[in-house]
Amino acid sequence: MTGMRGESPPKLVVEGLCKRYGATTALEPTQLSVAEGEFLTLLGPSGSGKTTLLQLICGLVEMSEGRVVIDGRDQSDTPVHQRDIGLVFQHYALFPHLTVEENIAFPLKMRGRPSAEVKQRVADALGMVHLGHLSGRFPRELSGGQQQRVALARCFVYQPSVILMDEPLGALDKKLREHMQIEIKRLHRESGATIIYVTHDQEEALAMSDRICLMNHARIEQLGTPRDIYERPRTAFAADFIGISNILRGAFVESQGRRMLKTAHGVFHLPADAPAPGAEGAALVVRPECLHLGNGSDNSLSGRVSEVVYAGSETRVIVTLGEGQAITLRLPAGVPAPTLGETASFGWDSDRAVLVP
Amino acid sequence: MSAVPAAPARSGGMPAWLRRPNALWLAVPGLIFLAVFFAYPVGELLSLGLRNPQGGAFSLAAFQRIASTDVYLRVLGITFKIAGNTALWSLLLGYPLAYWLARMPDLFRGRMLLFVMVPFWTSYLVKTFAWMIVLGRSGVINNLLMGSGVSDQPLELLHNEFGVMVGMVHAMVPLAVMTMLPVMINIDGRLVQAAQTLGASPSHAFWLVYFKLSLPGVAAAGLLVFISSLGFFIVPAFLGGRRETMLAQLIITQVQELLNWSFAGALAAMMLATALIACWIYDRLFGISTISGGEAQEGKGRIRDLGLAILALLARASGLVADTSRKLIGKAGNRVLLPVFAWLMIAFLVLPTLLVIPLGFTSSQFLEFPPPGYSLQWFETYFSSPLWIQATIRSFLVATATAFAATCIGGFAALALAHSRTRWGGLIFAFFLAPMIVPRIVIAVGLFYLFAKLGLVATDLGLVIGHTVLAIPFALVTVSAILKTYDVRLDQAAATLGANRVRTLTSVTIPLVKGGLIAAFLFAFITSFDELTIAIFVSGGIKTTLPKQMWDDMILQLNPTLAAVSVVVFVIVTVLLLLAERFRRVS
Repeated sequence: MTGMRGESPPKLVVEGLCKRYGATTALEPTQLSVAEGEFLTLLGPSGSGKTTLLQLICGLVEMSEGRVVIDGRDQSDTPVHQRDIGLVFQHYALFPHLTVEENIAFPLKMRGRPSAEVKQRVADALGMVHLGHLSGRFPRELSGGQQQRVALARCFVYQPSVILMDEPLGALDKKLREHMQIEIKRLHRESGATIIYVTHDQEEALAMSDRICLMNHARIEQLGTPRDIYERPRTAFAADFIGISNILRGAFVESQGRRMLKTAHGVFHLPADAPAPGAEGAALVVRPECLHLGNGSDNSLSGRVSEVVYAGSETRVIVTLGEGQAITLRLPAGVPAPTLGETASFGWDSDRAVLVP
Repeated sequence: MSAVPAAPARSGGMPAWLRRPNALWLAVPGLIFLAVFFAYPVGELLSLGLRNPQGGAFSLAAFQRIASTDVYLRVLGITFKIAGNTALWSLLLGYPLAYWLARMPDLFRGRMLLFVMVPFWTSYLVKTFAWMIVLGRSGVINNLLMGSGVSDQPLELLHNEFGVMVGMVHAMVPLAVMTMLPVMINIDGRLVQAAQTLGASPSHAFWLVYFKLSLPGVAAAGLLVFISSLGFFIVPAFLGGRRETMLAQLIITQVQELLNWSFAGALAAMMLATALIACWIYDRLFGISTISGGEAQEGKGRIRDLGLAILALLARASGLVADTSRKLIGKAGNRVLLPVFAWLMIAFLVLPTLLVIPLGFTSSQFLEFPPPGYSLQWFETYFSSPLWIQATIRSFLVATATAFAATCIGGFAALALAHSRTRWGGLIFAFFLAPMIVPRIVIAVGLFYLFAKLGLVATDLGLVIGHTVLAIPFALVTVSAILKTYDVRLDQAAATLGANRVRTLTSVTIPLVKGGLIAAFLFAFITSFDELTIAIFVSGGIKTTLPKQMWDDMILQLNPTLAAVSVVVFVIVTVLLLLAERFRRVS
C-alpha cells in the first residue's frame, strides 16, 4: 500500500494502529501510508472508525496498539501538542474569546515565533482565505462559511506536516459546501500540504481525493483512487456505498463450457478479468450508466418500468424485476425514456460489470 | 388572509392588547407583590437611614455616627474582610471541584452534584451546629488530636477567625460551585483539544482557553458569595468571637435590643450599597446577564491584552509545576490529583453534617463524640415538647403556603418571560431575582418596619409574605430552566389542532412542565422551612418557627435536643431536595 507518488518516502505511516474500548473495537489493526502532498479521504458510514483513525493519528485518543510515524519519526508517544499535525474540527472549534486574527496567530504564538513573523504569516493566511477585512472580528460575528475559512487559515498558517480534516463541511448547506470543496482543493494545490480528510459524503470524496480509503465496521474496506473504487469496487459494500449500483447475487455454474453466474433473474456472463472463484456464489455489480435499453447487449433482462425520474442532464429509469428487485438505469439526455408501466428490456456488456464476493 | 377583509371587523372595538393579551401580563401580579413587599420596604429602610429619628427630617446623623465611631468602622472592615476572604477561598476550593464535575458524563455528574446540592440546601443552623461540635474544645478534632497524642492540650478552633472562615467557606463553596458549573459545562470541550492540536501544552490550553472561558462563571460566583457573605450572622455569632462581629449582627442588635431604627437603616443601607457597588463593578467587567447564563462580553484594548498576558504567565508557571509533580509522583499520580482533591472537598462539605446524626441518638446528657451509647431520649424530648412541636407545625404550614404562593407567582412570571420578546425582559428577570441578591437581613429589617405599621408582626401571614419574597427567585429560576428546554412548537401544534389558549395551557404546557412546577414548589418549601432571618424579626414571642426556636436554643445553650432537631430538619430537607431534583430531571 504505497502512496501514489511512491518514489519519495511516505509522509505518514500508520502501522497496526488499533483502538479498543473494553470489548468493543473502534478500530481494527490498520495499515496506511500517505505520500507527501497527497489528498487522502477517509470515507465511510458513521461508526465505521474513520473519526477514530483520525483522532489516533493526531493523538487526541490514546491508541491501544500500533505506531504512527510522521516523516520517518515514530510519534506514537508524542503528546498532541508536539505532534506537528493540524486538525480542522467538524464545528471549527474557533476560540470564541479571541478575534479572527488572534485565532490564526494562536498556533504560531504557542510555537514561540517572533511577533514580526507572526504578523506577516497571519496576514498571508488571511489573504489566502480572502478574509483580510474581517481580522478584528470575533468568531460569533462571522457566517458559517467565514468561520470555516478561519478554521482553515488557522490550520494552514503553521504549515504542519499533515493536515487532518474531520468532516469540515458537514455543517454547511449544499451550495456553500460545493464552493468550499473547490476552496480546499485550491489551498491543497497552492500549499502542497498532505491532507487526510474525513467525510461520509461519497460525492465529496470522489470529487476531492487523490485516493479514497473506504472504511466499514472499524476497518479499511478498500483503498484506491476514486476511479478505482468507483469502477472496480472490491466488495458489495464498496459498490453500494459509492454511487448507485445494481447488484445481482447468484451462484457459479458451467454453461457452454464457460463459467457463468446463475441468479434469480437469469444466467449471466462474467467479465473477462473476473478473479478465479474462491466461493460458490458471488455478485455482479452493474452501474446504472452501463445498462442500455433494448436487446443489443450480451446479458439481458426485462421488467416493468416503475419510476421515471427526469434530472436534467440525465433520466433515471427504475425497472422492477419479477422478484421485486429494482434496477436503476441512467439514460443520457436525448435518449427517449420508456413510459411508466410498460415492460422494458435492457442489458449490459459483460466487461462493464464487476464481480464481487 | 387578505381575501377575508371582514375578519377584523368582527372583533369590534376591542383594543389590540385585550384581543391578543401579551404574555407579559402574567408577570404583573408578581411585580406588584415584589414592589409592595420587597422594593418599597427596602427603599423605606434606606431612607430611614437618611432621616432624623425624631422629626423625620433629612439628616446624615446616622452616617456621621458610623463614620465617627471606631467600633462601627471596625465592624464594617471586618465584614468586608470576612466576605472577601470567604469569596476568595470558596473560589479557590470550589473551582477544581466544579471543573471535576463539569468534565463528567451527564448521568454521573447528576449523582455527584447531590454532594453539593445537599450541603447547599442544608440549614445554616444545622451546618453551624455541626461545626461547633467538630471544632469545639472537646470537639471531634480536638478529641482525635489528643486521643492520638499529637497534641496534649485542645487547640482553639472556635470563636476566632479560623472558626468563622471554616464555617463561612463551608457554607459558601456549594453556591460557588453551582454558579460556576453551568458556565463550565457550556465550554465546548473541543476547544481545549483544538488548542492542543495547534501546539498548546495542556497547561496553556487550560489557562488560555478553558480558564479564560470559565472566567464569567468564576466572577459571578465570587460576586454571589461576596454579597451573600456580607449579610451573614449565624456563622459569626456561633463560630466567631467578639472580634469577628459582622454587620448583620450589629443590625439585629440595633433593632431588637436598642430599637434604633434609623441607625439600623443606615447600617443596612451601607450593606446594600456595598452589594450594589460589587454588582456594578461586575457588570462593567463581565455584563450582569452572564449570571443568568447570557453570553459574556469580550473586552477590548489594553486591559484585555494584559489579562491574556497574565494568563500566559499562569500557564507557564503551572506548566512548570505540573512537570515537577510529574517527575515526583509520575504521570499516573498526577492524574489522580484532581479526583483526590474533589473527593476531599466533598468530604469537607458532607461529613460535618453527617456527624450530627449519631449525636441525635446519644444516651449522654452532653454533646460528646463519639456518643458513649445510643438512645431515643432526645427525640422523645423533642416530640413531647409542645414548644418544639408547635414550632415544627408552624414551619410546615408557613412553608406550604409560601410554596404555593411562590410557585404561582414565579411560575407565571417565568411563563411571561418565556413567551414575550420584550426588551424589558432582562430587567424584569433581574427584578425577580433581586431578593436573592439583596442581603436577607436588609429585606428582613425592611419588612419588619413595614409589618409593624400594618400590624403583621408576629402573624403567620407576615411570615408567609416574607418567605414568599425570598422563595420567588428560586421558583422562577427552576420554572424558567424547564421552559427554556420546552418546545414552543408543541403549543403552536395544539393551537393549529384547535385548542384555545387556556386549553393549550392546561392540556399541553402544564402537563409537560409539571415536574418543573413540583420542583419549584419543593425548592420554595425548603427555602421557607429553614429560613431564619425574617423569622427572627417577624415571628415574635410564642409564634416561633423551627429555625427560630433552634436559634434561641443555640444562643442559650447547646444540648442534645438540638442534635435531634437538627437530624429531623436535615432529613426533611434532604428528602424534599432529592424529590425536587427527581422531578426536575424527569420533566
